[in-house]
Amino acid sequence: MPFKIIASQCTSCSACEPECPNVAIREKGGTFVIDPKKCTECLGHFDEPQCVAVCPVDNTCVIDTSLPRYQAPA
Amino acid sequence: MDVSAQHDASSNGGNVGEIMQAIAEHKGCGTTGGSGKASCGSQAGQGDLPTEIWEKVKNHPCYSEEAHHHYARMHVAVAPACNIQCNYCNRKYDCANESRPGVVSEKLTPEQAAKKVLAVASTIPQMTVLGIAGPGDPLANPEKTFKTFELIYNTAPDIKLCLSTNGLMLPDHVDTIAKYNVDHVTITINMVDPEIGAKIYPWIFYKHKRYTGYEAAKILTDRQLQGLEMLTERGILCKVNSVMIPGINDQHLVEVNKAVKSRGAFLHNIMPLISAPEHGTVFGLNGQRGPSAQELKALQDSCEGEMNMMRHCRQCRADAVGLLGEDRSAEFTTEKIMAMEVKYDADTRKAYQEKVEEERIAKVAAKQEELAELAGKSSDIKVLAAVATKGSGLINEHFGHAKEFQVYELSTAGAKFVGHRRVDLYCQGGYGEEDSLETIIRAINDCHAVFVAKIGGCPKGDLVKAGIEPVDQYAHEFIEKSAIAWFKAYLDKVNSGEVEHVERGDAAIRQGALISAA
Repeated sequence: MPFKIIASQCTSCSACEPECPNVAIREKGGTFVIDPKKCTECLGHFDEPQCVAVCPVDNTCVIDTSLPRYQAPA
Repeated sequence: MDVSAQHDASSNGGNVGEIMQAIAEHKGCGTTGGSGKASCGSQAGQGDLPTEIWEKVKNHPCYSEEAHHHYARMHVAVAPACNIQCNYCNRKYDCANESRPGVVSEKLTPEQAAKKVLAVASTIPQMTVLGIAGPGDPLANPEKTFKTFELIYNTAPDIKLCLSTNGLMLPDHVDTIAKYNVDHVTITINMVDPEIGAKIYPWIFYKHKRYTGYEAAKILTDRQLQGLEMLTERGILCKVNSVMIPGINDQHLVEVNKAVKSRGAFLHNIMPLISAPEHGTVFGLNGQRGPSAQELKALQDSCEGEMNMMRHCRQCRADAVGLLGEDRSAEFTTEKIMAMEVKYDADTRKAYQEKVEEERIAKVAAKQEELAELAGKSSDIKVLAAVATKGSGLINEHFGHAKEFQVYELSTAGAKFVGHRRVDLYCQGGYGEEDSLETIIRAINDCHAVFVAKIGGCPKGDLVKAGIEPVDQYAHEFIEKSAIAWFKAYLDKVNSGEVEHVERGDAAIRQGALISAA
């Protein structure tokens, strides 16, 4: 399950964009979005998801439960 | 600055150590205070400042109280991201009517910002300083920040560059800061004790990890002080901003003052906490109060013996434009800038600024003359006076049009700028409203007099009733000269028994929005 950004809470501060190790975050329509195909939940990169750790608004970068969990390539 | 660093600097053939020593010894960047010390702000000349330092501060409105009457600054909002969370900050809400750090109306790209700077510099020739202060942290957005500096450094080299940071990433960027000739850096340091820091900062983001509590505050304070030392070693002027939060760090800021002074900071700016529930900050929502005018002044006074204190900070927005007391950002929206034909004319700017210098010299000469007459007087009486001014060091604003009053402390030592009070526009639509008048009286309630260019009969009567003397006889004259003249006459009246000197009460620091429309 990749992360997603809840647009209504996003302040559009851009802090998450450069932190993403997968370059999965970009600006779209005034707020930021995560490309679910690129998001690896930061597994293998960092101990904690970077977008969650840097986001100034709690519970804005959250797991997208509608999608399957990320599988690390074998 | 530690001893070894000082040694390194001088062994490199530079005289940085010497200069830093001079900075550390220099005290009082305001007008001449009770101790009679000469200072950068009290004269049009450089006073006791080394030439290198004087050249850096003489037309920087934030670093010289005296300069702020004449020179303007602008901030460009190119740095939206932040790497720490502060309990007094909430960036979620933007309102054009709100003036506080961390708030902007629109973000700019470095290219848009560079064009905006040139447009403003051409329209406002006394604009001498470009700062990047957010709305996040400039050093959490290093590419955008330094790209902007590079563009301006190349096109308008006469504009001074400065930045304001929380200090977390400062040690990593000191060399780049020096490379672009950024010679003024402000660091916000609210504590040097992580126990206190934990009450101000819920978390920081550092090296790919979110830290909280004591650990977060410990990293932050270590990095801030390290960054400060690195900057002063390189001869870059540093101002330290501290937010005064009653009950949390108010007593502690005396320690902060000592810590930053010993590391070579040039100026310390203690600002009142801005916290209202509608700002949505942690402190706003939990009812944390800000200090009163008297509490703030007492803390500033107690630190002043140690180093220069800034008292003219307007806690401006990250996209402010103009003199410190005004905000002209609405004239320079991206839409308007992009439509503008901008021609950068360095010669016109230079000619204009030379005129400003003449004005400054005349102002100081007038004050010196008046001071000479005060020389024979001796009295312990100190009073505060509020002044309605549009700038240039003149009493040139109508009482009803004033958006703020500047406050001077008058004593036999002279007139000393000690602060300012924001007020609502009293006169809107041509008639005054009683509620607004009450707001003004509360804001300047600690003053004995208010100097104005003009004032209507009604407010005049109410001010007198409140014990504040409205003074319009010095309309369009120099502030300090007039204030000293008035004070001299006041002392004479007290001595002859015509009036009885009584102490005034405390005053309120307004928390609300600065209404930019005027």
